[in-house]
Formats: sequence, C-alpha cells, structure tokens
Amino acid sequence: MSSSTEIIEQGGSGAGARPAPSPGRLGDRLFRLASSGAGILLLVIMAAIAAFLIAEAIPALRANHASFLTTTTWNPDGTPSVFGIAALAFGTVLTSLIALIIATPVAVGVALFISHYAPRSLAAILGYIVDLLAAVPSVVYGLWGLIFLVPGVQPVWQWLHDTLGFIPLFSADQVAGKSVLTGSLVLAIMILPIIAAVSREVFLQAPVNLQEAALGLGATRWEMIRMTVLPFGKSGVISAAMLGLGRALGETIAVAMVLPAAFTVSAQLLNTNGNSIAANIANTFAEASENGRGALIASGLVLFVITLVVNMAARLVIARKKVRA
Amino acid sequence: MSVNSISPARRIKDKAFLVLVCLAFVIAVIPLISVLWMVIKNGAARFDMDFFSHSMRNIDAKDAGGGAYHAILGTLEMVLIATIIALPIGILTAIYLTEYGQGGRLAKTISFFVDVMTGLPSIVAGLFILSAWILVLGFGFSGFAGSLALSILMMPIVVRGTEEMIRLVPGDLREASLALGVPKWRTILKIVLPTALPGIITGVILAIARIAGETAPLLLVCFFTDSINTNPFTGPQVALPQFIFQQAGKPDPTAIDRAWTGALTLIIIVMLLNLIGRGIARWKAPARAR
Repeated sequence: MSSSTEIIEQGGSGAGARPAPSPGRLGDRLFRLASSGAGILLLVIMAAIAAFLIAEAIPALRANHASFLTTTTWNPDGTPSVFGIAALAFGTVLTSLIALIIATPVAVGVALFISHYAPRSLAAILGYIVDLLAAVPSVVYGLWGLIFLVPGVQPVWQWLHDTLGFIPLFSADQVAGKSVLTGSLVLAIMILPIIAAVSREVFLQAPVNLQEAALGLGATRWEMIRMTVLPFGKSGVISAAMLGLGRALGETIAVAMVLPAAFTVSAQLLNTNGNSIAANIANTFAEASENGRGALIASGLVLFVITLVVNMAARLVIARKKVRA
Repeated sequence: MSVNSISPARRIKDKAFLVLVCLAFVIAVIPLISVLWMVIKNGAARFDMDFFSHSMRNIDAKDAGGGAYHAILGTLEMVLIATIIALPIGILTAIYLTEYGQGGRLAKTISFFVDVMTGLPSIVAGLFILSAWILVLGFGFSGFAGSLALSILMMPIVVRGTEEMIRLVPGDLREASLALGVPKWRTILKIVLPTALPGIITGVILAIARIAGETAPLLLVCFFTDSINTNPFTGPQVALPQFIFQQAGKPDPTAIDRAWTGALTLIIIVMLLNLIGRGIARWKAPARAR
C-alpha cells in the first residue's frame, strides 16, 4: 500500500468528511484480490511444474533397471528398461560451458563498445542491432546451423585438429561438422545478446565521477575502463554470464539440429560427440512409448533443477547489485 | 617528454583495446548478417502464392509445391490464445507488484519467481503441459495445449514489461486522482494503465514475437499434422516453427527449400512485431531518463 493512499484515507476520516462510496470500496477489494490472485497463480504454476514433472517421472524411474544418475545409455522402452542421465547431463553442461567461454568475452566487448566507445547518438541503434540477434527464432538458428554452419566449419575444425590435435580437447578419430564445438558455437551466438544487454546496463551505471577523475588524472580510456568500469561491473558480468548459461542449458531446437545426438561421455570437442537433455527430448519424443515419455520427463526434471539453480544464483547476484536485467 | 604526451606503450595498449572492442562488435554482428542473408537468399525460391495457400497434405518431401498455410494458421491461432491467457494474468500480477504489494514479502517472492520463470527452458514448459494437461487430465494433443505452454513462457515477459512501464507513471498523477476521491482501483484502471499503455503494448508485442518462434514445447503437446486444422481445441495442429523443423529434417532439396521459406516467413513476422513494438515505444512512451 503506498503511503500516499494511507495519508489520504486517514485525512478523510479524521476530518469527518463523508465516507468513500461503498461501491468503490468493494471494487478496491475485488481488484486487490484479483491482482494478488494473479501473482499467487504464477507461484502456483512454478510449484505445479515441479510437482507434475516429479509425479510423471516416478513410474518410469521405478521401472528403470539401471542407475538413473550414472548410466550413459538411453533405452527406456527396451526390455529391460535401461536409461540414465549421465551422458546427456554431461553433454548439456559441456556444450553450454564452451558456449559461455566463447560468448562472454565477445559480449563484454560489445557491451563496452556500446556503453563507452560508440557515439551516444549511435549507441541505441547499435544496441538494437545486437538485440535483434535475440529476436531470431531458435529454429532458424538451427536451420542455419544445419545447412550452412555444419558443412562450413568442417575445414576449420579440421585445421584446428591438425594444428592443436596434441591437446586432448581437440583430438578426434574423425573430425565432424556436427560436433560439440559446432553446437557450442550456435549456443554462443544465441546467448551473446543477453550477456551483452545485462553487462551494458551495469557498465552504464558505473560511477561517472570516478571515470571523470581517472581521465582527469591522465588515464587513457582503456586505463579508465580497467580501473573504474570493470571493477564496478564485475559482479554484473558474472550474473549476466550465468543468465546466459541458464539460457544455453535449456536451449532445445537449435542444439537438436546441430548436435549428432551421441550417447558418449567425452570431452573431444571435434569428434561426433555431443547431445543435451533438451535436444534428446526433442529428438526422441515422437518415438517414445509411455515409459519412454516418463523417462524424458525425468530428464526434463533434471534440466529444470539445473536451470533453476543457475538462474536463482544469477538473480541473487544481480539483486545484491540492484541492477535490473 | 612533455606533460601532455602519453608514453607509447600506454597509447598502444589503449588503441589495441579500442580495436578489440570494435572487433567484438563486428564478430557479434557477422552471424546476424549471415543468418538474415541465408534466410532471404534461400527463402526467396519458394516465397510464392502456393506456399501461403496450400498445406502439405498428400505432398511428399521430394515433391515440389506444397506450403505452410496450415502452419501459419496454427501459429496465429496458438499465439492469439496464448496471449489471451497470459495477458490478464501478467498485467494483474504487474499491478499487484507495483500498486499493492510494494516491498511486502509476497511481492518480493512473486518478483523473484517471475525472474526465475523468465529463465524457464521452453521445453520444460512443454513437458509440464504434457504431464498436467495431456497425461494427468487426459486431454488430447491440440493447438490449445500448445497455447497453454506458450502462455507460461509469455507470462513473465508480460509481467516484467508492464511492471517497468507502470513504475514510470509519475506518482503525482495517482495522488491527484486519489485526492479527488477516486477509488484506488478506478485510479489504476483510468489513470495508471492508460498512461502506461503504449509501453505495455510494446512489452506485449515483444513477448508475442518471442513466443511466436518457439518450437520445443509445441513438439511435445501439439503432435504433428500435414493438414489444415482450423480448430485449435481438437486434433493435432502444427505451427510454423514445427513446420521448419520437420522440413529441415528431410534430405530432399524441395523440403529444405520449404524450410527456408518457412524461416523467411517466421523472421518477417517476428521482425515486423519487433519493429512495431519498438516503434510504439519510441514514439509514444513517456520520456525516459537517459
């Protein structure tokens, strides 16, 4: 309740003025009820998501003949039913982390470019262009990735393998266009705008007097940014990266189209490895029978928990900084 | 060395960073240009009347012709229903957060979970509707189930957008209205919302643009069809993103062409919504500080 209303209401009754018309009071009560009800409904939906996923996952988990957490195969409709989240969870986290490593430095550069380098009159338009990256639907990135990127990166990945093959990450029996690195690259493009947008907001809030003081003392622009803007924005960039990570973990269609859907636990980025929880749901749902659906819902539950934790952590960091994302 | 000059090492570092930052921007824009170019170039081939007036009924992947009429119709219906569901809930929640709950524990909890809900993976929303609506309550696969999933994704975006706009409405306006004896609910409906309306419309349009491109939840709850289904409440229905996903999975060049044209159509819809939304924000919104 805003303080202004209280003052007015108290003032009204204190002065013995005529009471407010009752229809207004009733309307007030109803309106308040409706609006708080809508808010509570959102909380109920979040709780219901967890409850229904758990309820539908339990029968399939009961029928599972292997450990859900450590098994790498996915054969819930076989006899006996055998499935586990290990390969999928590993693939999800691996592709998302690589995407984060690729996207964060570029996004921070883009954010600094817009907040501190680009002319003021251009900044809004340049920011809008970067935001357009986020407006492209994920299935379009998937199509672009599948038809253009997968064949296009093959020679580049081959070159990476030939020059850096001694590093285990870049070793491979057979360099493939459909690989973890390709999936990560598509994810990186998709999460770049959100990391850039949140970082930009934080950089814009860096104290101006400190920046001016640094410049006044003779610092170059880079030194000013390094000494005032970056220390101020560090936690904001971290939470922006975590928001991006949350987005990458849950991304489905684009990843389903460019990852080879292999059930392996391997960090060889250029091999035909790579899969993710969300991609597996999209790829195998159509053929899944009842038990298979339950198994997919169980894997979705794992994804839900992982993204929930990542997002909550990101929001808590932001909340402490009082920055709106 | 004079007082004004900067040592070469520092100047080079400064310039090097300038180059890096500009490079980062260029790197970020390359994929956008590449995607748009590929979609326009490859999508133009089948951007014809057939595509917008025919479905894929009785048309094999290798056949020429066929279109996305059924999918475009599905997208429009699903998005419309999702908006009808998400809009009142989202706007009422935003009103609660700004006008009633300020600083209270319930408002803080709701606000926190709205943020968390923004990060909800779309496939999880699909799994939720699949579990609750289809498996537990026993309704069939339908476009409406897709709308339900989309509305869950839309709600937090509408809440955030509306909330931000309502907070921009000057407190003086509210106080003036209340001082004239207007009840609070009428003040909100007649003063606060109309003042914030252009901004709210922008937020809603951007939210629509966001969900119109969603594929993952629809794969789980709408099933799939090649035919026209005008009724979103019964029988499988298909949306444009699903159409693209399905056609892209076929090896035939005719199917791939249809996928590109579908992508072009979807991008045009989404970009138009974005432009309209941001246009309204630019011309109509109250002057913002910055």
